[in-house]
Amino acid sequence: MSEPVAETDALPKLAVRNVGKSYGDAIVLERVSLDVAPGAFCTIVGASGCGKSTFLRMLLSQETPTRGEILLDGEPLPGEPTPDRGIVFQRYSVFPHLSVEDNLILATEFERSFLTGRLFGSTRRKAREAVSETLEKIGLAAARKRFPTQLSGGMQQRLAIAQALLKRPSVLLLDEPFGALDPGIRLDMHALLLDLWQELGMTIFMVTHDINEAFKLGSRVLVFDKTRHDPHAPERYGATITYDLPLDQKTRATVPEPEQLFGTAEARPN
Amino acid sequence: MRLINRSPGRVVAFTLVALPFAATVIAYAVASHYRRLENPADKLLPSLEQMGATFWRMAFVPDRRTGDLLLWVDTFDSLWRLGIGVGLATAIALVLGILIGFLPHARTMLAPYVAAISLIPPITILPILFIMVGLGETSKVMLVTLGTAPVMTRSIAQAVIDIPKELVIKAQTLGANTWHMIVRLVLPQVLPKLITAVRLGLVPGWIFLISAEAIASTSGLGYRIFLVRRFLAMDVILPYVLWITLLAYILDQLLLMLSRRAFPWHHMQGESL
Repeated sequence: MSEPVAETDALPKLAVRNVGKSYGDAIVLERVSLDVAPGAFCTIVGASGCGKSTFLRMLLSQETPTRGEILLDGEPLPGEPTPDRGIVFQRYSVFPHLSVEDNLILATEFERSFLTGRLFGSTRRKAREAVSETLEKIGLAAARKRFPTQLSGGMQQRLAIAQALLKRPSVLLLDEPFGALDPGIRLDMHALLLDLWQELGMTIFMVTHDINEAFKLGSRVLVFDKTRHDPHAPERYGATITYDLPLDQKTRATVPEPEQLFGTAEARPN
Repeated sequence: MRLINRSPGRVVAFTLVALPFAATVIAYAVASHYRRLENPADKLLPSLEQMGATFWRMAFVPDRRTGDLLLWVDTFDSLWRLGIGVGLATAIALVLGILIGFLPHARTMLAPYVAAISLIPPITILPILFIMVGLGETSKVMLVTLGTAPVMTRSIAQAVIDIPKELVIKAQTLGANTWHMIVRLVLPQVLPKLITAVRLGLVPGWIFLISAEAIASTSGLGYRIFLVRRFLAMDVILPYVLWITLLAYILDQLLLMLSRRAFPWHHMQGESL
């Protein structure tokens, strides 16, 4: 499903219409518009503080746009996080008080036990058995009884990704998920993520500060930056999408230099 | 090596721990010795032997008037009051703390109220309690509860607020409703901190217990030391103070052990005193 089918082209998976976000007088984002086809892998890059994480949090309904609207499958986004959008954060992504396998049966427990959110006895044993295949796939089968603090950073993020996919979300949001990992581990995580994307075909939005990662993984790269800049009032103008680059096999190979993507506002004479 | 990078070995550590305690005992023994040289009947600094003998009598010789073993009756009564009082405070703190920390409406309504209540000096409530519920057990237990619950509530509420937002969001994307999040995320995350709150709450808890017993009681550790004060019976008071300190220390260590046993994941994240 990595290639969007023609008929779904008519209805974008996600449509962002003239969205702006400000905190008091500080404008973070302005006039962001975007249509994303189902199954796209959008990577989002930009300088620190350009609002790319804010944008992701709005897609998650963790924050609401100050103006404009975001449509998911043609419907306005719900006002709170829902299981149709999975999330992986850079830190605090898994539950530290639950073992690896209990982190993975949590969604089942919520679904099956309205009163206690907890399974007991044989039902719990069955639920734990049911995640064995997932554990195998993310290489945590041997660590299933351990607590997250006993895992390496890479193992924790593999668990976080598996957990985010438990409810089969049609949209997966990743907020600098590999930012704290070693380069070698990062490559493994790229492979795992691309595999899962091919297999499950969800639409992915991934914020990263690594341009190479953005061009390697994405089917589309979105660059956030400020187009207008007031040196006396840096908060006067917000960032928007300055480049929207669809990637194919050929364009993927040539990663532009950061200077080519960022800093348009600074370069412009006032 | 710099001082901050050197840590004591086993023997040195043991010596260092024992040193201030030993110094205190020796200083007392010396002072007591010289006072009794001047006046063998001195009551202010009784000898260690005398205190030991008195303590033995309190613990194992039935009282002439009542036939009770006074130390154990006092200890049982005091611990019972403290246990009920702090237990109630813990239950209140857990419920209110989670409501205030997790539900915006409850926070809006209750946070200023609890903050205001926690500023009332609890001991000023004591006469009100004596007038309203009498001099019995209820007023003493209630003083301990009222004295410890507000601060414990505030620390639990803060602990709930400090739960990383990421975890709350993640739980919602896994299909949790508010109740699910309270029982599966908030409760397990704050329980270790509840134990810490109980350990800290026990400190003022003891103060309020002893105060209430000193003012109106017929039993209890606080009652006893304020009773014998009239006879300058330092040979009872000093061992009782040590005994109370020992009880407080044991309670504290038991709670720490419970926390380590029940929440290993919490103690993996860092050192705890």
